[in-house]
Amino acid sequence: MITTIQPGYFTTIQDKGRWGYQAYGMPIAGAMDQYACRAANLLVGNNDHAAVLEMTAAGAAFKFDEEQLVAVCGAEMQGKTNGLPINNWSSFVVPKGGELRFEAATKGYRTYLAVRGGFAVPLVLGSRSTCTRAKVGGFEGRTLRQGDVLYVGEDSSFPVEEHKLEAAYIPNYTGSINLRVMLGPQDNMFSYDAVEKFFKSVYAVTNQIDRIGYWLKGPKVMHSDKADIVSDAMWPGAIQIPSNGMPFIMTADHQTTGGFAKIGSVIRSDLTLLAQASPGDTIRFCCVAEDVAIQALREEERCYDAIMRAVVQQQ
Amino acid sequence: MKDYRSEVKMLAAGEYGLVVEFEAVISPRINALVQQLTKLLQHNMINGIIEAVPTYKSVTVYFDPLVIPRHQVVQLIKQLLADVKPQDTNKLASRIVHVPVCYGGVFGPDLEFVARYTGLSPQEITTIHTGKPYLVYMLGFTPGFPYLGGMSEQIAVPRQEKPRSKIPAGSVGIGGNQTGVYPIESPGEWWLIGRTPLKLFQPASSNPFLVSSGDYFRFFDITIEDYFTIRHDVEAGHYKPEESHIIEGDSSDYNNSTWLLYNHSG
Repeated sequence: MITTIQPGYFTTIQDKGRWGYQAYGMPIAGAMDQYACRAANLLVGNNDHAAVLEMTAAGAAFKFDEEQLVAVCGAEMQGKTNGLPINNWSSFVVPKGGELRFEAATKGYRTYLAVRGGFAVPLVLGSRSTCTRAKVGGFEGRTLRQGDVLYVGEDSSFPVEEHKLEAAYIPNYTGSINLRVMLGPQDNMFSYDAVEKFFKSVYAVTNQIDRIGYWLKGPKVMHSDKADIVSDAMWPGAIQIPSNGMPFIMTADHQTTGGFAKIGSVIRSDLTLLAQASPGDTIRFCCVAEDVAIQALREEERCYDAIMRAVVQQQ
Repeated sequence: MKDYRSEVKMLAAGEYGLVVEFEAVISPRINALVQQLTKLLQHNMINGIIEAVPTYKSVTVYFDPLVIPRHQVVQLIKQLLADVKPQDTNKLASRIVHVPVCYGGVFGPDLEFVARYTGLSPQEITTIHTGKPYLVYMLGFTPGFPYLGGMSEQIAVPRQEKPRSKIPAGSVGIGGNQTGVYPIESPGEWWLIGRTPLKLFQPASSNPFLVSSGDYFRFFDITIEDYFTIRHDVEAGHYKPEESHIIEGDSSDYNNSTWLLYNHSG
């Protein structure tokens, strides 16, 4: 068992997300940074459905009753095992009785902790992801608290050895990101000039960022007429622009439906960068065609294959 | 009648979504097309399609573009659209879920206000609110939250300017010309006129959602004693809400006497 000594700022159990129930208004939830989540699972030999811990802004501290292979990926939270620094983007063994502690993030915003076997919490509607707004999934539908005890599950699928990822697979969080965007579906509600302004401007990440979405600040993107649409579906990456002209990017826990015009969508492979953006960081948008987005997904899959080949234990 | 199919738009929702949009209006006629297409898709799922989300006037299809390219999804939708029938030639058997509500008092703290605003008595508000079934156009906002249509303008009240931060689960509200039920405790800006003992969202249950989009809600008035009796049965898993079906007629026509409904006068 793993005991929470210190819960951190906002620590939840997450996985690939709760797909399949959006028709009932159920948010997808899941890890905000799917790349770091998957990399952490691969490093400990888990299948891609295994549940991990997502720590936000300021990390947590845990005590391990048994020896445990773990992996840490994502934001740099200066993790230490029994006081000794660990490598981010690597897997390592926490000894029996050991303590694993994280500090505030120095680069990036969200850190993922995977344990070999995944965290054992009940599946709710097919997923272990926490959606705190609906009080569903994860650890009692909420963020971790001091004293919460976690158990390890059976979601490992291949043998691994301790490994540190090669630099090629480690993103560099610089505080200034470019997000690739596919236009639509309501880009026609903006003038050509407004769309051009959106792509030529620099936006700042506000402090209104949570798992539902990222509010940005910068030059206003005004609608030709009104901001409202007859409410329809939303998805992770959808960029809503309400009547104040400020972009609001939907992330994991977003409502399934919404009533503001969506100028475009951040491509899925770039949501990993958005999930690591913290208040004050800057964002530029770049307009791309669908084939670029699909190419990026293919490259992401190739990364996962390469990481798996690198970490699998050679017999 | 108008050929709705020539009006269908197919729009990209990022690289993994397709919005199939009918006419951008809120009407039972358009929503019936949405519901039909959603059901057809659910019965014809092919590898790579993840889920379909019906809303007022569109169906958004999520798919894995590395498994199925967009043009194949579009092709499938076109095939299915050929089987989507304008509503008045297709008498849909829609489900009506009968939802008990204890109006006024502690459960409906704003009923008096709504009465004063509309110039009606609280009893008249209740009678009008329970007077006809409401179409569940879509679910959204929170898990299981029904966007209901068809409420009488007589009892419409502008939304509260300041949202309440915590509305108890089961609260029945009116906001503008809309009515609905809050499935989970959440913030909200509607006027609360009553509360249902039913649970619209039970994540651990084998039947987690009380209704689907395309169903109808029909509220009926219960006493506070009934509220607690039903609540007890709901907790014990014994309560099964009464259901009926539209037996005859066009479901856009819900004021029409062709509706055959159970009588729930409370």
